[in-house]
Amino acid sequence: MKYGYYPGCSLERNAIAYQQSTMAIAKPLGIEFIEVEDWNCCGATEYFAIDALAAYALVGRNLALASQQKLNGDRNQLVAPCSACFLNLYKTDHYMAEDNKLNANVNEALAAGGLHYDPGTVKVRHLLDIIVNDIGYEAIAERVTKPLFNLRVAPYYGCMIVRPASIESFDNPEYPTSLDKLTHSLGAEVVDFPLKAHCCGGHMTQISENTALELIRRLLKNAADYDADMIVTLCPMCQLNLDAYQENVNKHFGTNFHIPVLYFTQLMGLAFGLSANNLGLGKEFINAKPALDKISSEPLKKQRRKKRPPKETLPMPTMPEES
Amino acid sequence: MTEERIGVYVCHCGTNIAGTVDVEEVSKWAGEKLKKDGVVVSRDYKFMCSSLGQELIQADIKEKSLNRVVVAACSPHLHEKTFRTACQKADINPYLCEMVSIREQVSWVHTDKRVATEKAKALISGGVLRVAKDEPLEAIHVPINPATLIVGAGIAGIQAALEIADSGFPVYLVERDSSIGGHMAQFDKTFPTLDCAACILTPKMVDAGDHPNITLLTLSEIEQVDGYVGNFTVTIRKGARYVKEDVCTGCGICIEKCPIKVIDTNFEAGLGYRKAIYRNFPQAIPKYPAIDTEHCTYFLHGKCKACQLFCPTQPNSIDFEQQDEVIQIEVGNIILATGYDLFNSRRIPQYGYGRLANVFTSLEFERMCNAAGPTEGKVFLRDGITQPKTVGIIHCVGSRDKHYNNYCSVICCMQSLKFAHLVKEHTGAEVYEFYIDMRTAFKDYDEFYQRVLQEGVHFIRGRVAEVTDAARLPGEEGKLIIQAEDTLIGKQRRIPVDMVILSAGLEPRADSEEVAKKFGISCSSNGFFIEKHPKLDPISTLTEGIFIAGACQGPKDIPASVTQGAAAAARVLGRIQSKELALEPIRASVIEERCSGCRICNDLCPFNAITFNEELNVTNINQALCQGCGTCVAACPSGAISGTQFSDEQILAQLDGILSLPINSGKVKTLESVPA
Repeated sequence: MKYGYYPGCSLERNAIAYQQSTMAIAKPLGIEFIEVEDWNCCGATEYFAIDALAAYALVGRNLALASQQKLNGDRNQLVAPCSACFLNLYKTDHYMAEDNKLNANVNEALAAGGLHYDPGTVKVRHLLDIIVNDIGYEAIAERVTKPLFNLRVAPYYGCMIVRPASIESFDNPEYPTSLDKLTHSLGAEVVDFPLKAHCCGGHMTQISENTALELIRRLLKNAADYDADMIVTLCPMCQLNLDAYQENVNKHFGTNFHIPVLYFTQLMGLAFGLSANNLGLGKEFINAKPALDKISSEPLKKQRRKKRPPKETLPMPTMPEES
Repeated sequence: MTEERIGVYVCHCGTNIAGTVDVEEVSKWAGEKLKKDGVVVSRDYKFMCSSLGQELIQADIKEKSLNRVVVAACSPHLHEKTFRTACQKADINPYLCEMVSIREQVSWVHTDKRVATEKAKALISGGVLRVAKDEPLEAIHVPINPATLIVGAGIAGIQAALEIADSGFPVYLVERDSSIGGHMAQFDKTFPTLDCAACILTPKMVDAGDHPNITLLTLSEIEQVDGYVGNFTVTIRKGARYVKEDVCTGCGICIEKCPIKVIDTNFEAGLGYRKAIYRNFPQAIPKYPAIDTEHCTYFLHGKCKACQLFCPTQPNSIDFEQQDEVIQIEVGNIILATGYDLFNSRRIPQYGYGRLANVFTSLEFERMCNAAGPTEGKVFLRDGITQPKTVGIIHCVGSRDKHYNNYCSVICCMQSLKFAHLVKEHTGAEVYEFYIDMRTAFKDYDEFYQRVLQEGVHFIRGRVAEVTDAARLPGEEGKLIIQAEDTLIGKQRRIPVDMVILSAGLEPRADSEEVAKKFGISCSSNGFFIEKHPKLDPISTLTEGIFIAGACQGPKDIPASVTQGAAAAARVLGRIQSKELALEPIRASVIEERCSGCRICNDLCPFNAITFNEELNVTNINQALCQGCGTCVAACPSGAISGTQFSDEQILAQLDGILSLPINSGKVKTLESVPA
């Protein structure tokens, strides 16, 4: 399956592990990524707040290029692995379609560079979306050669991938579950992580560090409370904040967290039996090796046999079967 | 054919019409310009619907020998009957009286008096040409079968059944569940008086069960409805109970001996268990248990039969061979009282229902408070032993929320206040209510709110963002934390509690669309059955002989459901007592010679009035069932279906009249906005 590909700045620098692992798993999944030529920055989270039109035009340029280059023929699907890039591309396309004036203004700006973009011509999708919806959990499970048995993983989505709720999203905006199911299909033990869609602080680390550290602390504490061996994420911003600022959090709050934060593509690569070097492992600040060493080749027999609940316990509500 | 002598009467409707339409000018114009079309007299009057206005028309009919009448006033929905009756009294066939709506279609929708006046003239011109083509018609009279079918035996259905049965007429009360009583039977206390639901409901259930005029059909579903008002034939599937009702004494030994215990997601709302042979509650009506074949060991594996073994009756009451019965009944009227489904709180995952043990739904909490429920009336956490010290109650779960249901579920505020009171009474816990707006309308409701305020319940105005077990601050460990914006102080708040109750909204039954189709009625966009008129006729539907009562029409509390049940019964009783019903003779009929048998019209009829005669290869339309909607007339490619009162001839004449005015000549510029 061919897709247009927009890596974004992070994937070329701090999130190079994400880039490497994405490329590594593409092959066994039969995915071919064709990178947009001459792409530029997506404006990240701040630019829209400072100068909306310029920011839309900045993103519009990428859409116009993707549209012009017809990266995967008529399907014209553009995949972004970074949540901020994804959201900016997605919402620019969406708002240009919705708002004629914005559309005209953006296109006026693009015309200066000899470009034009008709909203709706490029379908913007997040990497997780195509992996769970186009490839599917079952097909992924079939590729697994080294299941991640005995690894307790807290799936962390961050706040950008499924929001705003007013725009059609591929998962529940308040309590997404696609990464949970994906992690489960790799054989890992999935933590029902309550803060899975809460904010990581974004660039608040640069503006108001104390605020950011508290937001990061909550996430780490919650993962620790749930005995998670690691947090798995799909966003370079989230990964950076949780990983690179973990020591700052420990210093600031006197805590002692050591929770590695990996990209879901890295875990997929490991489960597919790919070499750790090709997956960018070892580039993380909090060393993931001790956690990854916990992976066992056999599913551990439930150590505590499930005791029958006491007689007086009231039944839990029945939940629909997990697919 | 006698010469047309038409009278035109233009109503001022106070200033309703006269404020926007130059009524006098219109009347004068009609008298002069429409003389050629047979208009003999044209008058305007302040209130044409008043006795004096009607007498004016009647006097003209006599003195000027009118034989047709056009009244230009409000919509025919309001006063067509008035003027038709007035004409009939003056010996003109009522169907030779035509109404032209110059209020709803003219004065209320236009502001430019000049345009409005011209449009009124055009419409009247159409009415005059049309009335000339009207045919005298006779109302269709159908006899009314005195028996009534009531679908759904909750409180609304039971009330309706008792009203009709007490008046001496037979009722078939059909219920899907194994016992009658509906949701009310699950409740503990009822607001605002806090009397016990069972204490006020069970006497009515007993009455309904014992009534000589009520035939109770439980575990039953309606399969098919044929016929029309006064003469419905209804096919009912009565599910096998596997217990012989004529022998069983209801002693309950079989239930005690049954070795299979399953979670009861129906009556106990998932909070308790029932056996594979079960009875919803001790006072169930009928008292006979029923076997749940999905869980019964005998039905699954062919052995056990403990119930049969221990049954003390002679002969044995357990009958594993019992089959569903298909019954046909004849009834004159049908009342639908099919109730509601509770909103599925799992749809809002951030509230944690199903994930976090101590999040409960309103219905679970009702069962918990009920002395006959799983905890025998004690308020416990999910572990079944710990009393909560703090409880949060969340309003509007699935209601007033564009992601789920836009509407207000009506009962939740009062229900939540009741819960707060019950929590305090049972446990003395601190209670926090999270509400959007407090809606305590109706008798004695606000007084109850005041009382709960006095009891020291905390009220936080704001929609809850999430319920989480992720502790962040001191004091939150091991608790459920309710995060909400307190809109009155403008701050985010985190309230740690032991237990959360979700006041889930009311939804239409999952199969309401299907049921509506079966009975030839419609559902609104939110899925509740549509009434004939939201204010003036909330218990009728657009299908003659089908009535609706209770929460199937929209979210409702017990008093409102009882009122509607009684109202529907009163309407049905009136029908039964008049023995026959005059139906509007506006009907479609098939000109058989022209019908090609293509059957295009067959599936279009919303009232199931069309049948196909295979032998003659033509379509037939049942005159009593047809409501004259005209769908088939428009659809017929051969022009083989004609509608009385809406024949092509009549409609073309009306169009000719409307278009005869030079309204597109450019004199009136705003006419672009006028519908053609």
